[in-house]
Amino acid sequence: MAVTVPTASRFHGTSAARAAGKRTRRNSTLLGLLAWLCGIVFFLPFAWMVLTSLHSEQDAATNPPSLGAALTLDGYREFFGSGTGVSPWPPLENSLTASLTSTLLVLLLAIPAAYALSIKPVRKWTDVMFFFLSTKMLPAVAGLLPVYLIAKNIGMLDNIWLLVLLYTSMNLPIAVWMMRSFLADVPVAILEAAAIDGAGLPTVLVRIVAPVVAPGIAATALISFIFSWNELLFARVLTGVVAGTAPVFLTSFVTSQGLFLAKVCAAAVCISLPVLAAGFAAQDKLVQGLSLGAVK
Amino acid sequence: MRRPHAPHATTAKPSTSPPARRRRGAWARRAPLLPALLFMIVVTQLPFVGTLVISFMRWNALDPNDRGWAGFQNYKAEFTDPQLRHSLTTTVTLTATVVLVSLLLGLGLALLLDRKFIGRGAVRTMLITPFLVVPVASALLWKHALYNATYGLFNGTLTWLWSLFGSDSAPQPDWLSVAPLMSVEASLIWQWTPFMMLILLAGLQSRPTDIIEAARVDGAGSWHIFRYLTFPHLRRYLELAALLGTIYVVQNFDAVFTLTSGGLGTANLPYTVYTTFYQAHDYGQASAEGVIVVALSIIVATFALRTVSSLFKEEIR
Repeated sequence: MAVTVPTASRFHGTSAARAAGKRTRRNSTLLGLLAWLCGIVFFLPFAWMVLTSLHSEQDAATNPPSLGAALTLDGYREFFGSGTGVSPWPPLENSLTASLTSTLLVLLLAIPAAYALSIKPVRKWTDVMFFFLSTKMLPAVAGLLPVYLIAKNIGMLDNIWLLVLLYTSMNLPIAVWMMRSFLADVPVAILEAAAIDGAGLPTVLVRIVAPVVAPGIAATALISFIFSWNELLFARVLTGVVAGTAPVFLTSFVTSQGLFLAKVCAAAVCISLPVLAAGFAAQDKLVQGLSLGAVK
Repeated sequence: MRRPHAPHATTAKPSTSPPARRRRGAWARRAPLLPALLFMIVVTQLPFVGTLVISFMRWNALDPNDRGWAGFQNYKAEFTDPQLRHSLTTTVTLTATVVLVSLLLGLGLALLLDRKFIGRGAVRTMLITPFLVVPVASALLWKHALYNATYGLFNGTLTWLWSLFGSDSAPQPDWLSVAPLMSVEASLIWQWTPFMMLILLAGLQSRPTDIIEAARVDGAGSWHIFRYLTFPHLRRYLELAALLGTIYVVQNFDAVFTLTSGGLGTANLPYTVYTTFYQAHDYGQASAEGVIVVALSIIVATFALRTVSSLFKEEIR
């Protein structure tokens, strides 16, 4: 042991460092706890929504809240129409149709456009990019009335395909921006070299383009799906009993009489489920999508 | 990460090729772009022309016989109407409050999440959740399960806290009528903070770690590292988050519609246009409001586009 006795100065140095290390460790534990606390605060309303959806209507509407009340699936049964006989499946199917079809259309239109704006850019391509973005900045509500009148005249009101068109236009600008930022990462020099070496188009697409672009397509599709699924204003004005989407269906719960809290919470959970699942599965894609591809 | 554009990219083909071929080449370049461009023009720009025309008309669906040109009457009515002016200030207050507060909260959370601690992934997932709840569902949750004066969670918690001290006279405010605009803002801040956090966290994690390490070795304190290294790097991301947040919050309809139905001074511009059109059926008036909203948006957008172009400067060369 005598061998390890340090000199005075070194001893002081290490003990100071150790004290500092202890302090930073304590600080970082505290900051970790703070992060947990914030996480719980932000999560609490959602947790409350899930818990309420699993309570009976009587237990859901108590003051103070009854946390430990018996759990039941009655709220969910109500949502699926056990009491009223109104099935939520048609609006859910409408939402799915509108979201998936418009997402597909968005990709079909955005990918070629992004190609023309990045790999073989047209002249003044920045102007085109800003035109797309500017349509996103104009409030959608400003074009609502003419769309309504036209739809009414050609008998397209309460038709899910009208929403498909509108949702496509709503998400196309974001999609073009995102896809462009991904296509800009495709190594053009390698593309040209491969072409000179005689690689066919399928080879080039699979080996060089796809690995770079596939995450971008996934991110674009995710964002497009979520925004279409969430949309309320157009769906509310332009659809009725036939083509009403899930968010419109959800607002109809507000008018219910009597106790309805558990039922509303169950409905809110069910309708948010596709977005929650998609979002949790692809958190990073979400960031890319929302930042128009600027943050990778 | 970002590839500088090859110089040939923006110029046309070599001048040796005949003009006809060059023109064909230019069209070949444009062709993939045209479907998307045409689609956007037809679906978003043409309806607006319709709005512009109708805004000069006297047209109420409830009174179909009295339809004709009205000149600037709708606009005159708009600017003398205190309600529209109020919804204008409401829109500005609502957007500014929501964007600024969620930006600050998001920055704090991003800084917390940027350090290693036990269960970081779980906390991140919890923090993202509010953003993944469908906006209408979130508005209903806040209105009925949280704000409700008799059985909402907020007042329930107050009752519980007061009862801990043996009091049964806990304050039971009706949140939505005591502070309607703040209630709407709070629910939107809950939804938008995760979004800001995600962008800022991505910004933090793209910091060049070697420079920060070097600064730390040279004895720079945490505050100085934040002030002189992290913050300048983060500025672009702050601007981006603020801009995108503004685009979406300005157009918010769901929260105002669900929480207060635009009552008690919470009607913002999108909601006002909606009621004039959908409830009052005054098409001319609603169109004039739409045109005013667009005119204002263009002012904001011109400023915003300038910010964006500086943000994407690195890409756009």
